[in-house]
Amino acid sequence: MINGATYIRRELLIRLVRAFDDGVLREEIDQIPIRLRPKDSDASRCCIYHDRAVLKYRLMALLGISAEEETDEAKTLSEYLDEIIGGEPREISEDSEFERKTAPLSVCAPACSGCPDARVVSTSNCRGCFARPCVYSCPKNAITVTNGRSQIDSSKCVKCGKCISACPYNAIVKTTVPCEEACPVGAIRKNERGVAEIDFSKCIFCGKCFMSCPFGAVMERSQIVSVLSAMKRGEKLVAMVAPAADRQFPGTVEQLLAACAKAGFSDVIEVALGAEKTTEHETAEFLERMEQDSKTFMTTSCCPAYVNLVGKHLPELIDKVSLTPSPMVYTHEMVREADPGAKTVFIGPCVAKRSEARRKGIDFVLSFEELGAILAGRKIDVLACEPHPIERPAAATARNFARSCGVTEAVLAEATAKLPGFQLAAKQINGIDRKTCAMLKLYASGKLPANFLEVMACPGGCVNGPCSLS
Amino acid sequence: MEKIKVEICCGTACYLLGAAKLMNIEEELPENLKDKVDIQARTCLGLCERDHLGGAPYVKFNDTEIMGNASVEKVLARLNQLVEGAEQS
Repeated sequence: MINGATYIRRELLIRLVRAFDDGVLREEIDQIPIRLRPKDSDASRCCIYHDRAVLKYRLMALLGISAEEETDEAKTLSEYLDEIIGGEPREISEDSEFERKTAPLSVCAPACSGCPDARVVSTSNCRGCFARPCVYSCPKNAITVTNGRSQIDSSKCVKCGKCISACPYNAIVKTTVPCEEACPVGAIRKNERGVAEIDFSKCIFCGKCFMSCPFGAVMERSQIVSVLSAMKRGEKLVAMVAPAADRQFPGTVEQLLAACAKAGFSDVIEVALGAEKTTEHETAEFLERMEQDSKTFMTTSCCPAYVNLVGKHLPELIDKVSLTPSPMVYTHEMVREADPGAKTVFIGPCVAKRSEARRKGIDFVLSFEELGAILAGRKIDVLACEPHPIERPAAATARNFARSCGVTEAVLAEATAKLPGFQLAAKQINGIDRKTCAMLKLYASGKLPANFLEVMACPGGCVNGPCSLS
Repeated sequence: MEKIKVEICCGTACYLLGAAKLMNIEEELPENLKDKVDIQARTCLGLCERDHLGGAPYVKFNDTEIMGNASVEKVLARLNQLVEGAEQS
C-alpha cells in the first residue's frame, strides 16, 4: 500500500533515473531537495529546510551511503556521486564495524521523530464515569480518578491493556514506538539522544522497521546508481527476477522479463529456475536427514532474514537449517556457468537478500521499486511488452516459492515423486515476529511436532516483502 | 447524453506512485454513474514528464481535462460534478 514515505522514495528514484539517463544527474542532484521543496511551498515537517535536509539523506541512501557513515556534513551529493560512478568498489575492511558498514538498512537521525516511549494514557475522551471499569480492570492499581478524569500512574502500569478494552468511551490509548514495536528481535532502540538506532549485532534485516516507520526514517542502502553506471559502461548485466515478481507489475512474468531486457539488461532469467534446483537438493537433503534420524526435523533456508535470525539469536537451530543454497544462489551459478564474465543483478522484494547477496558473491541487488523506477524512467510499460522468449517456463511449484506454503508444496511434490506415499509432517512459520520467535525456540527444543518447517519472515511470503509493490 | 471518457494512466511511473489503486475504480462506481462513464486503462499518457512527476498518478477526462494526484475519491467526486453539470445544461 502506498503512503507518503513510499511515494517520496519512489518519486526520488524515478527522478534519479531520468536525470542519470539525461546525463544531468551530476549537475542536478544537489538541486533536487530545493526543487522538491521550493520556498513558500508546504512543508511536511517543521519547515522546508528540515524537509530539504532529510531529502539530501534520502538521496544519499539511494546512492548507497547511509546517514550514519557521513563524516563531512558539507560533502555534496555530487561528490558522493563521483565516488560511486568512479567505478572503484569501495574497500571495506573486515573489522568489528563491518556489519554496520555493509548493512542494507540505516536510520537517518534527522528524519527520526524520536517518538515518545510506549505507554498507556487516558485521553480527554474520559467522562469520569461512575462505574469506572478501568479502575476495576487494572491488575496493578495504577488508575485513579481525580477531578473527573482517570489518570494512569506510569510507574505502576505494566501496559497490559485491560483498561483499554474495558473503557466504553475508547478514552484510554496505548502510544507506541512503531519501529520498536515492529522489530521481532529488539534490534532497534532509541539511544540516549532519543533517536532510533539499529544494533547491527542483533538486526536480521527483515525490513519490518523500514516498513513501519511513519517518518520514513529507516532507509535502505540502494545500489541503483552502481547498476545504472555499470549498464552505461556496457558491462554485461543479467537480471535475475525473483518468483515474487508475479503480479507485482501489470502483465505476466514473461512480459516483465521482456521489460527488463528492454531496460538494458544483457540477459534475463527467472530465479524460479534456481528454485527448481533448491527443491531438488533440499528434498534430497531432507530425505537423507530423515534416514539418519527419523525423529529430527529440518527447516528451510531460502529466507535470508530467517537465516540471519538463527545465526544471531537461535544458535540451537543452526544444525536444523537446510544447507541447500537458495534459489538466488543457484540462479547466480547458472548465469556464471553460461558466461563467466557476466555480472548478476538479483531483483526482488527483500531487504535481507542484500546481506545474503554480499556473502554469496551476487554482484548487485535491486528491489522491485528500483526496477520499477528504471522502467518508469525509461518509459517502459510492462503491459505494452511482447512476452520475452524463454526456453521453458519454470515449474509452477518453483514459481510458487515466494508464497507461504510454496516451498513446502514443492518439497512434498518432489518427495512423493521419489517415494510414493511419503508423509511430510510440515509446519509453517508464516511471518517472523516476537511470538513466532518464541515458537521457533519450542521447535528447537523438540516440543512441537513436525519434521519439516518452512520459515518465511514476511506474512504470506516474499510476495509481501518490504520492497514489494502490491 | 454522451458518456464521460475517463483515461487512467497505468504507465509504470503512475503505477508506482499509486495508480494501482485506481485500476479497480470500475467496481466502485455508484449506481448513478455506472452507465454514464467509460473508463479506460491507458499506457503512459506522457503527463508525468510535463509536470516533472509532482502529480502522478494522472487521470484524463474527455481528452482535455487532466487530474493530478488522482485518487478513487477525487475521481468519483469529479465525475459526479461532470454528470450534474451535463444534466443541468
